[in-house]
Amino acid sequence: MSAPLTAWVEGVGVLGPGLRNWPNASAVLAGGAPYEVSPTSIPALECLPPAERRRTGKVVRLALAVGLEATAREGTERATLPAVFSSSGGDGENLHEICQVLASADRQISPTRFHNSVHNASSGYWGIATGATAPSNALCAYDASFAAGLLEALVQARIDETAVLLIAYDADYPQPIRSVRPIPDAFGVALLLTPAARPHSLARLTVQLCAAPPERLPDAQLEALRAQIPAARSLPLLRRLARSEAGAAMIEYQERQSLHIEVSPCH
Amino acid sequence: MKPLALSAFTASSCLGRGLDPTLAALEAGRTGLKPCAFETVTLETFVGEVAGVDEERLPAGFAEFECRNNRLAHLGLRQDGFEEAVRAAAARLGRARIGVWLGTSTSGILETELAYRRRAPGTGALPGDFRYRGAHNTFSVAAFVQRALGLEGPAAVISSACSSSAKVFASARRAIEAGLVDAAVVGGVDSLCLTTLYGFHSLQLVARTPCRPFDAERDGLSIGEAAAFALLEPADQKLTAPAVLLLGTGESSDAWHMSAPHPEGRGAGAAMRQALAAASLDAGEIDYINFHGTGTASNDAAEARAVAAVLGTSVPGSSTKGATGHTLGAAGALEAVICALALRQGLLPGGVNTSSLDPQLPVNYVRESRHARLDAVMSNSFGFGGSNCSLVLGKAG
Repeated sequence: MSAPLTAWVEGVGVLGPGLRNWPNASAVLAGGAPYEVSPTSIPALECLPPAERRRTGKVVRLALAVGLEATAREGTERATLPAVFSSSGGDGENLHEICQVLASADRQISPTRFHNSVHNASSGYWGIATGATAPSNALCAYDASFAAGLLEALVQARIDETAVLLIAYDADYPQPIRSVRPIPDAFGVALLLTPAARPHSLARLTVQLCAAPPERLPDAQLEALRAQIPAARSLPLLRRLARSEAGAAMIEYQERQSLHIEVSPCH
Repeated sequence: MKPLALSAFTASSCLGRGLDPTLAALEAGRTGLKPCAFETVTLETFVGEVAGVDEERLPAGFAEFECRNNRLAHLGLRQDGFEEAVRAAAARLGRARIGVWLGTSTSGILETELAYRRRAPGTGALPGDFRYRGAHNTFSVAAFVQRALGLEGPAAVISSACSSSAKVFASARRAIEAGLVDAAVVGGVDSLCLTTLYGFHSLQLVARTPCRPFDAERDGLSIGEAAAFALLEPADQKLTAPAVLLLGTGESSDAWHMSAPHPEGRGAGAAMRQALAAASLDAGEIDYINFHGTGTASNDAAEARAVAAVLGTSVPGSSTKGATGHTLGAAGALEAVICALALRQGLLPGGVNTSSLDPQLPVNYVRESRHARLDAVMSNSFGFGGSNCSLVLGKAG
C-alpha cells in the first residue's frame, strides 16, 4: 500500500437514475427507502445568466447541480474553492453533433458546440456560475475517473492546505457511439473535502492504493448502476457515508488496483 | 514548493523530432508552419504538422491504441533517450512509484471523425474496427504511455483545453510532495483533427497566414501538433549541471467566458503571481517569459496586460507559437521543454513571423534569438473555460 492520504467530507451532492439528491440517495443507500430506478432527472440551472444557460447541455447541468448541492451549506465560499472535475468522457451529445457535421459536406460546426466540446466545459461554466477564480482541474481516467479525481482532490487538499470540491460525472452517449460505450444514463457525485475536521464534517477518509478488487454492492440494482456508469463507482463510499458506518470502502481504480478508503464517521 | 528536477525531457513538433532539430530551428528563427494539407481539410490556413506520424508503428500488442494521437505519443517517447531514462528510473524506484500525468485536448477524436464518415448506410452504425477506448477516449494517451513505458503507478489525463499540459506539472509536483509517487512522467500530446481546425475556424480565430503573435496585424492562431514529455524527480540528489528545475506552478480560473480571456488578464495574472510565490522568486528575477501568445487579438492583449502588471514591461519575452503553431493540449509541455532548452543552452528564443509589434502591447517582445544567461524563466498557458497555468523553471546551482 502507498502512504495514506486523509481528508474530511463536509458536503455531498448526488444525482443519478432514481437518485434525486443526497438526502434521497442517502436514504436509499442506508436501506431506509426502496431503490426505484427511473431516468436521471437533471434540474434547470438558475445560477447561470440566461445566455449561458441556453448554451449548456445535460452534462454541464449535471456537474453543476451536484457541485451546488455539495456546497449548499451557508458559509461555504464557492468563489475561493478549488475544484477537481473528473469525467470518463464529457459531453457525448455535443461530440455526436460535431462528428455528424464534420462527416457531412459543409463541415461548418457551431462555435458554441466547439467551445462546449472541451473536457473542462463544466469547470468553465462552474466558474461563470459561481465566480470561482480558484484553480480548477479537469481529469479523465476512463472507468477510474472517480478514483483519479478523488486522489487529485486529496493530494491538493493536503499540499495546498485547502478545501477542495470534487465533481465526478458521466452521461450517456447517443447512438452510434452508445453502442461502443454503453453508459445507460447520467450520474454525478460531488464531495466537499477539507484537510482538517470542521464542525459540520461528516466523516474522515483515509485513502491508500491497494491491489484488491473493488467492492460490490449487496443490492443488485445498485450494483448494476455502480458497474455501468463510471462516476457511480463511487457508490460503495457513498453507502458507507449514508450509513455512518466505520469501515473500508473499496473503490475501483486502475487495472489491478483499488482505492482502499477507510471511512470514520464524525458523529 | 520543493524544486523538482526535469531529469529527462524531449519534444517533437513541426520543428522536428527531439531536441536537436527543435533547438536548431529556434536558434535560426525558423518556422515549421506550412499551408494546410492535412487530411481532406479545405481551410485556407497554415498548420504545424509533424512529419511521418502516420508511418509511426506502435509496438506489437498495442493495436487497441492505434490512432494518430498515440502514434505521435510513441514517436515522441522514442526521442532523446526519454524512454530509456524512464525505464532506468523505474528500475531504481519501482514501476508503481512513477505516476503519469498527461495533457491532451482532443486525444484520438480524429478516429471518431473518420469513423462517422464510414457509418453504415441505413442503420448509422459505426464500422466494426472502431475502438472507442483505445483510440478516442480522452484517457487513451495516458493509458498508452503508461503501458508503453511499463509503469504501474497512478495515471490521469488532464484535459483543460490549452492549459492541459502545463497543469500536469502542477498535479505531478503535488503528488510527489504528498508521497503518492516518487517521480512522474508528465507531458502533452495533441494531434491535428477536424474538430479543432473547423472549430477554431467557426470562432474566426484561425489566421490565413502563419500566426503572428503580438503583431499589430495579428489575425488569429495557427494550429499545430506536438508530443512533449519530462521526467520529474525530487531535486535533492546531487544534480549534474546544467540541470533544469521546476521551481513553481500557479493555476487559476477566469470565471469570465467560455472562449474569451478576461480582458484585463485577471486569471492570467493570478496564475503568474502564484507561480512566482511558489518559486520564492521576485518578478525581477524572471529572465525570460514564454508567452501563451496565440496570435489572436484578445489573447495577446489580455496576456500583455497581465504580464506588465505582474512582471513589468522590461522582461524579455516571446511566443514560440509562430514557429510551432498552437499545439493546444500539448502546448504547455512543449513550451516548458522549450524553456528547459533555453535554460540549458542560454538561449533566448525569438518569436518568428512577427514583423510590426503592436504598440498597444506593453511588453519587451524578442524577435531575434540570442544567447544570454538565463537563471529563471516563466511559461504561460491559458485555455478555454478560463483555465490558466503558469510555470517557473530554473537552472540548478
